[in-house]
Amino acid sequence: MNMTVAKKKLTGEVVSLPQPAGAETVVQLPVTGRPVLKKLGAFALTAATNIVPPMIVIALLLGIWELLCSNSGATLPPPSTVWNDTKELIFDPFFDRGGIDKGLFWHLSASLQRVALGYAMAAAAGIALGTLVGQSTWAMRGLDPIFQVLRTVPPLAWLPLSLAAFRQGQPAAIFVIFITSIWPIIINTAVGIRNIPQDYRNVALVLKLNPLEYFYKIMVPSAAPYIFTGLRIGIGLSWLAIVAAEMLIGGVGIGFFIWDAWNSSHISEIILSLIYVGIVGFVLDRVVVAVSSIVTRGTAKA
Amino acid sequence: MYLKIDHVDKTFQRGSQRTEVLRGITLDIEKGEYVSIIGHSGCGKSTLLNIVAGLTNATNGGIILEGRQVDEPGPDRAVVFQNHSLLPWLTVYDNVRLAVDKVFWKTKSRAERDAWTLHNLDLVQMVHAKDKRPAEISGGMKQRVGIARALAMEPKVLLLDEPFGALDALTRAHLQDSVMALHQKLGNTVMMITHDVDEAVLLSDRIVMMTNGPAATIGDVLEVPLAHPRKRLELVSDPAYIKCRAAVLKFLYERHRYVEAA
Repeated sequence: MNMTVAKKKLTGEVVSLPQPAGAETVVQLPVTGRPVLKKLGAFALTAATNIVPPMIVIALLLGIWELLCSNSGATLPPPSTVWNDTKELIFDPFFDRGGIDKGLFWHLSASLQRVALGYAMAAAAGIALGTLVGQSTWAMRGLDPIFQVLRTVPPLAWLPLSLAAFRQGQPAAIFVIFITSIWPIIINTAVGIRNIPQDYRNVALVLKLNPLEYFYKIMVPSAAPYIFTGLRIGIGLSWLAIVAAEMLIGGVGIGFFIWDAWNSSHISEIILSLIYVGIVGFVLDRVVVAVSSIVTRGTAKA
Repeated sequence: MYLKIDHVDKTFQRGSQRTEVLRGITLDIEKGEYVSIIGHSGCGKSTLLNIVAGLTNATNGGIILEGRQVDEPGPDRAVVFQNHSLLPWLTVYDNVRLAVDKVFWKTKSRAERDAWTLHNLDLVQMVHAKDKRPAEISGGMKQRVGIARALAMEPKVLLLDEPFGALDALTRAHLQDSVMALHQKLGNTVMMITHDVDEAVLLSDRIVMMTNGPAATIGDVLEVPLAHPRKRLELVSDPAYIKCRAAVLKFLYERHRYVEAA
C-alpha cells in the first residue's frame, strides 16, 4: 500500500518538476529516484511471490484442521486449542523449574548440542575416511562393501549397542548421531575425490605439489561441492535421528519432551514440538547450504 | 644437444591386449628451437608430449634434458594443456601465482613473486582480468592465462599440447601471433603438438611429421627456412612458405592418409 503511494508521489514530481527547475534537475531526478523505486518494487514483488502463497496454503490448512477437529468426538485438538494450551510454552521458552521441567528453548538447545557434537565428529571422520576411500583403490575395495552394508542400518538400531558400550545416555545419543550422519559424508566425499579431473591432477604433477599442498590446493576445493552435498544430507539425518534417540534415553531434549508430552496426554504440546522440530531442521539445512555456497564459490566448472 | 628424445617406444597394456602406440621415436631439439609435431589424430603425438612432460613413462628409451634423464613431471617442462586446465576456484592471478610460489618459493621474495606473476600476465596481456575467475573469461583468454602460468615457471622446455585446438579461427590466429611474439622475445625452447598445417608452418623452425598409428614413428622432418619475425599476411604469398605447406600436406594426405578405423 505504502509503495504504490510512493510511486505515485515520485512520478508526480517528475511530471511537475520541469516547469520550476529547468532541464538539468529533470535529468537528475530519474537517476536518483528510479533505482530506489525499482529496488523497493522488486523487493515487494519477491516478498509477495515467496510469502503470500505459503501463507494462503497455511491459512487454508489451519481452517480445514479446525473444521475437522472441532466436533466433540475428535481425537486431536484443533489449532485454536493448541494455541490456548501452548501459549505459555511459546511465550516463555526460557523457564527452568529444575529437572526436566524446562522451557522449550532448553530442550531444543540440549538436542542441538548433541547434534553439534555428533555431527562435527562425523564431518571430520567422514571427510577423512572419504578422502582415503576416494584416493586409494585398495581402501575402496576393502572399506566400500562394509560402508554400503552399515549405512543401511537404521539409526535406532545402533542405540542399544551404543548404550551397552557407553553406559550413559549422553554419549550414546551422540554416537547415534555420529554413526547416522557419517555415511553420506564418507560416500559423497569419496565420489568427489574420485571425480577430480585428470587435468587438475596433471597440473599438480607438473607443479610438483607435495601431498599436503595437493590436499589443500586441489583436492578439497575440487571435491567441495560433493563434500557439501554429503554434509547436507548428514545434517538432515542427524536431526532425524536425535528426536528418536532422545525419546529412548530420556533427560533433557526435544525428543524426550515429545515423549513426555505423550505420556501425560498433552497432545497440543506434541504438535507445538513438531512445528519447532521442523523449523529447526529447516534452519540447520539452510545453514549448511549457506556455508556451502560461501565455501564453494567459484568451484563451478570453468 | 638440449632435449633428446631417445629411442622411445610406448606400449599400452590393458589386460591381455597390447597396443603399440609409438615405436623408435628419436628426436633432438636445440635450445631456443620451436618444433612442431604434426600427425593425424590417434597417431600418438599427445602420448609423445606426455612422455616428454613425464606424465606418462616410456616403455623403452627415455628423455634427456640438458644431459640428464627425466622420467617424472616437473616445472622445468611446463605444459600448456589443450583445455587450459586452470583451477576454476582460483582467480587468474592466483592460478599463475600458485605456479610462481611453487617454483620460486626459495629464490624469490614475496614482492618479487608478485611482480613476476604480474609480469607474466602482462606478457600475455591479461593483467586487466587478474581478479577474474576462469569461468568469467573467454576461451582464448583462458589459454593466454595457461600460457602465462607455463612461462612463469621459467621452463627449460615449453610443451604446448594443441594449445589452440579448442578456439575459433580468429582467436586462434590472434593467439598464434602472441605466441610467435613471445618466442621471439623470450627464446624459449618449444615443442608443440598440432594437427593444423598452417599453424605448424607459421610457428615452427622444424616440423616433425608422424606416421599413422599403431606403432607410429617419425615419418619425416621438415626445416622451415623462414626468417623470424614472421608476418602472417606476407607469408601467404611467400614461395618458401607455400613449398613447406605443400610438403606437409603431401605427407599427411598422400603418403600417410588418415585411415578411418573401420
